[in-house]
Parts: sequence; structure tokens; C-alpha cells
Amino acid sequence: MVDFSLWDILRNLLLAARWTVLLSLVAFVGGGVVGLALLVLREAGGVRGRGNLAARAVAVYVELFQGTPLLMQLFLAYFGLALLGLPISAWSAAAVALTLYASAYLTEIWHGCVRAVPRGQWEAGQSLALSFGEQMRHVILPQAVRIAIAPTVGFLVQVIKGTALASVIGFIELTKAGTMIANATFQPMLVYGCVALMYFVLCFPVSLWARMLERKLHAAH
Amino acid sequence: MPPTELLAAAHALPKDPSGPPAVRMKGLRKSYGTHEVLKGIDLDVRPGEVVALIGKSGSGKSTLLRCINGLEVFQHGELTVLGQPLKHDDAAAMRELRQHVGMIFQQFNLFPHLSVGRNVMLAPSLVKKTASRAGEERARQLLARVGLAEKFDAWPDQLSGGQQQRLAIARALAMDPAILLCDEITSALDPELVGEVLGVVESLAAEGMTLLMVTHEMSFARKVSNRVLFMHQGRVHESGPPAELFGNPQTPELKQFLSSLHS
Repeated sequence: MVDFSLWDILRNLLLAARWTVLLSLVAFVGGGVVGLALLVLREAGGVRGRGNLAARAVAVYVELFQGTPLLMQLFLAYFGLALLGLPISAWSAAAVALTLYASAYLTEIWHGCVRAVPRGQWEAGQSLALSFGEQMRHVILPQAVRIAIAPTVGFLVQVIKGTALASVIGFIELTKAGTMIANATFQPMLVYGCVALMYFVLCFPVSLWARMLERKLHAAH
Repeated sequence: MPPTELLAAAHALPKDPSGPPAVRMKGLRKSYGTHEVLKGIDLDVRPGEVVALIGKSGSGKSTLLRCINGLEVFQHGELTVLGQPLKHDDAAAMRELRQHVGMIFQQFNLFPHLSVGRNVMLAPSLVKKTASRAGEERARQLLARVGLAEKFDAWPDQLSGGQQQRLAIARALAMDPAILLCDEITSALDPELVGEVLGVVESLAAEGMTLLMVTHEMSFARKVSNRVLFMHQGRVHESGPPAELFGNPQTPELKQFLSSLHS
């Protein structure tokens, strides 16, 4: 039987952790882009009174992703698309599912932040003959971003932990690597302990950062 | 036509009788759901006229004002501003209209993320594509005019309430509006700060700006306006020149309203 040193375990986990980081970044950035597009669609509909259909469609999209487990979304992306004749790699399925998942949450978080900007700000912009786009870009978003930064960074922690579920469709990230190494070494406590520690090392600084930003932005002005 | 409106027509003092009215309303009606807030308003405002809207809260005076620049949508009737019919669903037409109609709010609604100078410069630079040099010069002029020359680089929340409202006036003036709507602009101010804001409005009136103002400052309405409209339950209940309206109110509702202010 082969002996595994602690370094062997750590080294392999660290290599796999790269994929956790990469998947988190892809989901977060992709989710951010899609989420922002959905946000603009939703606010444009809400403000003008027409195009309510778009606003409602976005609300349904959000409900769908918030109302189903991420695990099911991953299964559907991986097995569902394969059934439809679109064989998709575990990596792509995980990236797509997590991106859509993140976009639904981020658009909802940001929608709340836009709503938190007082109505009078829209009215002042309108009265000064600004177009919807100009109101959004120069008046509303700069104020909403200030409110949004802390919860957005906080959500990044959720995404990082959420990537662990990609292990069930066979994508080899930190958790999947941990399972494989635990099976090979028969040292589950040690291995999963290391895995948990690595998630913590990834997430804790992000949490601290979110808290710091929150303090800083509340102090300013 | 109720007698009060005949009175209003007789007492309107046109400063420029030739041009189109600054604001014209015909049978304007607005409801929130089943609750009708404006029940058919007819109103002509001449260019340069100063009109004060008074009445109890809920009488529809703020809603009337907010219809004029499209912040509120009305369901029936006609509204023309500077000869142009107001079209809610035409974004380009609304943008054009709003360049000529400034508004000042009770809660100031300054942009807290922009410095005092940039509050004034934002709209001209976006809407009129004013060059930044010219825009800055104009902003400094306007700020000097409302007594805030030293505050160009300050932030709105570093100003007193009175200063904030004067900044809001400078911001509205930066678009060179022909009409200014003032929605209870001194109601959120401490009493000692009311005078400085009203002073600015008075100077605008003296320069011939068309002003429509919802106000609770009766002495100010009396001093500055050409015409006072008393709104009651969604209608213009009584109107006329201030001396007459305050000195010799005709309807029991206005009498009651005026006496309630003195108690």
C-alpha cells in the first residue's frame, strides 16, 4: 500500500483549489454581467410603466433560480442538456449553472439596492430632462453601487461555497478532489479537515473585505 | 363654469398677451385607482405670471403641479406647456418639455454623490451638451446668484437646509427653464431658513420667470403672486388676485381654510 504524506494531500488539494477559484470567478463575473443586464431590463420596465412584461419575466427568472436547489440546477445543466443532445462537459455545465444561479441572486440584490435609492432622485433626474439611461448611469447607479458593494461581496462567499456542489457532476474541484483523496488514503477526517480549512482560507478574507467596505462606505459622506 | 373660475379669468394679468399660454389645462382629471384627485381642472397661466396654489393637504395641489412636467400621469383632459401638448409616452417630447420646465422639491432631492458644482453642471452637460468650461462658469454664476459662491467644491450634506434648497434652485436654473414649479419648497426647512429661500424665489419672480408654487407661506403668496388658486377636493374652488382672495374670501371652505391658519 502506498503511503501518503500530509504534503501529498495538501499539494493535490491545492491544485484542485485552483479550479474552485476559477469556477467561482467565472460564475461571479458571468453572473454579474448577466445580472446587470437583467437589472437594467427590469428597472426600465418598472420606471416607464410599459415593458412591464420584461420586468415580470425577470422576476420569474429570479424566483425560479431562488426557488430550486442549486444541485438540481447543476443536474439539469449537465444531464438535461445531454438528454437534449447537447453533450456538455462537467466544467461547462458547472460554469453555466453557477453563472445563471449567481445572476439571479445578484440581480435581486442589486434590484433592492436600486429600490433603496429614494424616489426623489429619479424625479430630480426626470425633472432635469435626463433620459432613463442618464438617470440610471449618473444618478441612480452611483448611489446604488455604494449600497450594493457589501452584500455583493458577501454573496461571493456564497458562490465560492456553492462551487462545492459541482463535485456531484464529476467536476474535479476542491471537494471532489477531497473525496478522491479521502478514498485513496482512508483518512477522511484529515482530508476533509484540510478541505474545510481551504474553503475557510478562501472565504474568510472575502468576508472581512465585505465588512471593511461596508464600514468605509458608511463612513464616507 | 362656476363663478370662481369666471373670476379667475377676469383677474388673470397677462404680461405678454400675444404669445401662447405658458401652461394651459382643460378638464384635467387624474385618479389613483378609483380615487379621483383632480376632478377637471381648467387653468391658463400666462408667461411671466406667478401663481400660488394653496389648500389643505390632499386637495390635489401638488398632483396638479407634478402633472405639468409629467411626474404624474393624468387620464383625461388636455395639458399644453408653452404651446406643446404633453405626451407621456413620447420620451423625446418629454425630454424636450422638461428642458423648459424646472422643478424644486420639498425634500430638495440633491444628488448626494456629486459635489455642489457638479449638481448644477450635470444636466446641462448631458442634455444640452454644454462644454465643461462653459458649464463650470455658468454653474459658478448661478451659485453666486443664490449666495453659494464659496460652496462650489463642497458636498450637499455639508450645507444647511436653506443652502441645500438654494442649490436646488441653482440646479434647476442651469437648464434655463421658462417655467419653474415649486412644490412646498420651504416646508422641510427650519423657520429661520425660510426667508433666504423665499428671497431667491422673489427675485426670480421679479425677473419675469413664470412660477407655479404650492405653498403654505400665505404672506409670501400674498406678496409675490399675481394670482392665488385655492384648491379643495380636487377642484380649483376659488381663485383671484391675492389681495382679493385673502382679503375677501367668497366661499365658506376658503374662509375656514384661512382661519385655520391663524389659530
